[in-house]
This record gives sequence, C-alpha cells and structure tokens, in this order.
Amino acid sequence: MSLKRIYHRVLAWVEDRTGLPGMIGRTARHLVPPDAKWWYVFGSATLCAFMIQVVTGVALAFAYIPSASEAYSTLHFISDQAPFGHFLRGLHYYGASAMVLMVGLHMAQVFLAGSYKFPRELNWATGVLLLGFTLVMGFTGQLLRGDQNAVWTVVVAAEQAGRAPFIGQWLAHFILGGDTVGGATFTRFFAIHVFIMPGFIFAFVGLHLWLVLRHGISEPPVAGKPVDPKTYRAEYKELIKKKGKPFWPDSAWRDVVFCVAMIAVIAALALIYGGPPLGKPPDPSITTASPRPDWYLMWYFAVLALMPPGTEQYFLVFGPLIVGIILIALPFVFNRGERSPRRRPWAIAVVVMTVVMIATMWVAAVKSPWSPNFNAQPLSASVVGATNGPVFIGAQLFHDKGCLNCHWIANDGGRRGPDLTAVADRLSKNQMILKIANGGVNMPAYAANLTPAEMDALVAFLQSRKSQRP
Amino acid sequence: MKEPNTEPASTGCPSSPAELSRRRFLARLSLAVGGAGALIVTVPLMGFILAPFFGRKQEVWRSVGKIESFKIGETTAVQYEDASPLPWAGVTARSAAWLRRVNADTFIAFSINCTHLGCPVRWLAEANLFMCPCHGGVYYEDGTVAAGPPPLPLPRYPVRVKDGDVQIQTAPIPITK
Repeated sequence: MSLKRIYHRVLAWVEDRTGLPGMIGRTARHLVPPDAKWWYVFGSATLCAFMIQVVTGVALAFAYIPSASEAYSTLHFISDQAPFGHFLRGLHYYGASAMVLMVGLHMAQVFLAGSYKFPRELNWATGVLLLGFTLVMGFTGQLLRGDQNAVWTVVVAAEQAGRAPFIGQWLAHFILGGDTVGGATFTRFFAIHVFIMPGFIFAFVGLHLWLVLRHGISEPPVAGKPVDPKTYRAEYKELIKKKGKPFWPDSAWRDVVFCVAMIAVIAALALIYGGPPLGKPPDPSITTASPRPDWYLMWYFAVLALMPPGTEQYFLVFGPLIVGIILIALPFVFNRGERSPRRRPWAIAVVVMTVVMIATMWVAAVKSPWSPNFNAQPLSASVVGATNGPVFIGAQLFHDKGCLNCHWIANDGGRRGPDLTAVADRLSKNQMILKIANGGVNMPAYAANLTPAEMDALVAFLQSRKSQRP
Repeated sequence: MKEPNTEPASTGCPSSPAELSRRRFLARLSLAVGGAGALIVTVPLMGFILAPFFGRKQEVWRSVGKIESFKIGETTAVQYEDASPLPWAGVTARSAAWLRRVNADTFIAFSINCTHLGCPVRWLAEANLFMCPCHGGVYYEDGTVAAGPPPLPLPRYPVRVKDGDVQIQTAPIPITK
C-alpha cells in the first residue's frame, strides 16, 4: 500500500468517526468577498497575538510563583537566569503590546468601513467586550510583575474604583483583596489574569468568529450603496454566490503573511530589549516611588493628572462607563445607511480625534510635567552667578524649599510651574513676594514657611533671573 | 445538541396532550434540578472569592521605635507590619507612615497615600511639604492640601506612646470616596 493510499484511508476513517476534517475544510474554504484584501488582516493578527500570549503565558507559568513574597524573585529568575527567559518575557510583553495595537487597528478599520452595521451588530458588540478584556489583561499583567510599580498600580486602581458611587469602597476592597496590598492581592490578580480573563477571551473569540462565519466577512464598502436591512442579506448572498472566493487560501495567505511579519517584529523587539525592566521590590513602605503604567495605558495616566479637581467621579467612573455604553450601542443605533467612509465624514473625524487625543495625552504623560522633579540638583554656581550674598542664599533656598521641584531654571528643575529662568523680566519684586507668600492653585503658599530674611534672599535670587544678565 | 428548553422538541410523530405535559414537566424538572446543582457549587465559591469583604480585620498597635529615637520637630518615614498579614505576603505586608514628633509626648502619623489616587507622598524636610510623585499633589506640614489635585488632607493614623515605644495603629489604605 502506498503512503498516499494509507493517508487517504486514515483520513477517511477520521472523517467517518469524527466528521472533523470535512467540517474544518468547509469552514476554511467558506466563500468571502473577493476584494477583502490587506485591510482585513487586523482581526486575525489580533487572534495571532492572543495565541502568542497564550503560549508564552503558559511557558512563563512554568517558573512563575503567584505569591507576593515570591513573584518578584521569580521574575528576576526568569529575566536574569532562566535560558530564553529574557526573550520569553519580551515576547509576552511585546505580544501584549501587539495585541492592544491590533485590537485598536481592527476596531478602527471595522468602524471606518461601517462593517458593524446590519446584520453584524453583535460582531461589533462582542468585539467591544474583547477590547475590554484585552485592556484588563494588560493591566493585570503589569501587576503580576510583582515589583514596586505593581503595588502602586493596584493602589491607584483601587482608589479609582473607590470613586464609584455606592459600591466604590466595596470595589476598592475587591481590587486590593482586603484592606491593604498584601498576600491576597497577587493570588487574586493571578487567577483573574490567567484563568478568568483568558476564559472570557476564548469564549468571546469563539462567539466572535462564529458570528463572522454566520454573517460572512463584510464586503468592502461602496459609496452610494447603503445598507438596507430588508435587502442586505439577499444582496450579500448574491455577491458571494457570483464572486465569492474561498477564504483558504485565496484570502488567508495575507493573514498568514501579516501575522508572521508581526511575530517577526515581536521576536526582534523581544530579542533586543527583553521584557520590561523590573522596579524595586514590592514593598509598600518604600516611599520613593514614581509609579507609571505600561505604554498602552500611559495616556490614561495623563487623564488622571489633568482631570480638573472635583471632576474625578466623572472622569474615572462615569466617563469609561459612558464610553463603553456608546461603543456597545453604536451598531444598534446606526445599523443602516452608508458604509463608505467617504460618505461618513464624522466617522473619519471620530477616529482622527480619538487618535490625536490619545497621542497628545500619551506625549503629555511621557513628559508628565505635573510631577515634581525629585532629582533636581542644587543650581550650579555658573547658573546662580554668585557664591555668597543674598542671591547665593536665595538660590540655595530655591532648591531646599522645594521650588526647584516644580520650577525650571536654566537647565534643571521641574515643569509643573512656570519656567523661572528669566522671571525678573516679567515680575516685580512686590509681585514676587505676593506670589510666593500666597501661592496659587498649583503652588503652596510659603508665607508661614519662610522667615522675612529668607523671603528677601529668595526674591533677590529671583530678581537676578533676567534674560539679559548684566 | 440543544439545551433542553420548555418547548418539547419536535420528534416527527404526533404527541398526545399527556405526552406534551410530561415533556414540559421533565424539561422544567431538569432546569430546576440543574439550577439547584449549580447553586450548590457557586454559592460557596462566590463566598470564597468575596471573602475579603466579610468581617473587618482587627486593627492592632505596632511599635515603630523607641520614643527617644525621634527628634522633636522631625518627620520621618516609619515602617510597620499590617494587622494580620498572610504568611506568604513577604514585603507586601509592610506599611509606612510619616511620623512627626511634635513635642515631648505628642506624635502625629500621616498616611503616605495621597488622597488623589493613593500614590506615596514624600516629605521634603527643608521645604516642610509633602509632595506626590504621580500627579503633583502637595500638602503642607499639617497635611492640608497646598497644591494640585488632592481633594482631602492627608489622613492621620492613631499614634500612642506605650512603655517607651511609639506605636501606630494599623489601618486600611485610605480610599477617597
């Protein structure tokens, strides 16, 4: 019996007993619109990134101990000692980054092409839930690193949840796993990150794909050809019957090429940079900390810093809630009409504004000018321009009293307050005294904090800050 | 294939009214018994997961140092252990407070958690200010808000002096409402 015949007999037997090869074949070769080209790769790329996360996550779990006392040291072991550990952590991190990025691109593409309209409302709604799950995965994953940043991220998350009306304190307790960060915090986030959320993602990816098969991949939009729920299904059926091409391999090859290219980029980044650096140990009693989220939530850090005081509840609780409701409701409210972005300028505007907003917030967060600069060094003699006398003493006070933490002078300081390099150009002596003594919205009042002699020296120093020094 | 539902599945043969009501009864019975089975498993499971909310931990007093180790007028970070840490909590069982000796026998303990979003504030001894590294909150030496987004003054923890030891009472992380 030739090998080929054996193969066919085995296949026939498996088909007879399971029915799977035929089913998989029919599914893979289901007909798709002919012009579904490179724009359609982001969904499968998201799935591909998710699969990378599953396999690298499982591999990491071979060494990771989800305990508050051990997580941090196992992370160090994985990064510094385990063969391929550095690379593996990098894969998991850049895989997560790719997944967030691809979810975003997929969503933007589907939105711009109007593919969420009838009859694919639930394709979109399940996709929105998957976006939420992905962000929860990113957030909880950052916590499982178990370093100092993780501890403060949990606290910041609990404080945000605490602003919710009625259930806030309850939610905050749920996130902390008790009254404080401790032994219970990490095991709970481990269960959420490794079992609950992946379970949800598997289930909803299954549902999402089932819906894609049920309604077919949407045809590229044509301007002037609106969706009418009465006729759409018949039109789509007609199109597929006439021009449809089998998904495998006519369309799938692009997905494969794009996914492999994405994996190559992820692997290259992982090889070069490895996983994200680990911070200090997860000791909540170390007060020198500057918690920052991972890049994909960095823009949100700016939202937290820039929301006006008193509006926290709207930004932290109602804002995300409203965004979620709008996203889910979108296809049910606008389920018909034009699909082409050429006829939907507002759709383009929404995407552009979202991207611009996130990018701006992101840049602001990276600079984070609102954070005091705790590393500001005393000003150098060349900047001060004096080695004794009131100007010299004033310069010392400017550092010691914390002014330099928030104000920039010449080449050092913080960015919270105005740049004072040439403040004497714009403020008189009396104006300065008033400002320093009384403070402002974002400046402490120093009246009780400076002796009259200190105030004089400080103002003498500031009066010497001119753009054209004599 | 399908889950049993309240309508009898079509079998292709005509059903007598008795058969119909028997089917309906069996379907409802299955759902009710199945639901009861699910409850038996999920109720204790939810209780286990939500355990942190049941019963407040007993707060305890923790010694943070001998009274003579604190100088009058100085504010220092002190570390102590949470009320009842789990055995595997490791360093996460620690908490900190900013402790100031006001005079011979008066101490104030400030929370290190900013009331804005909980980041750890730092005491700047020369400037007499607490500053937050996250979003720029600043507090005066008495804990009142000096600048930035914090909505409330820094919370204080109970402190006492007992047998020459300064003791702080453990507390939950203060969550701003």
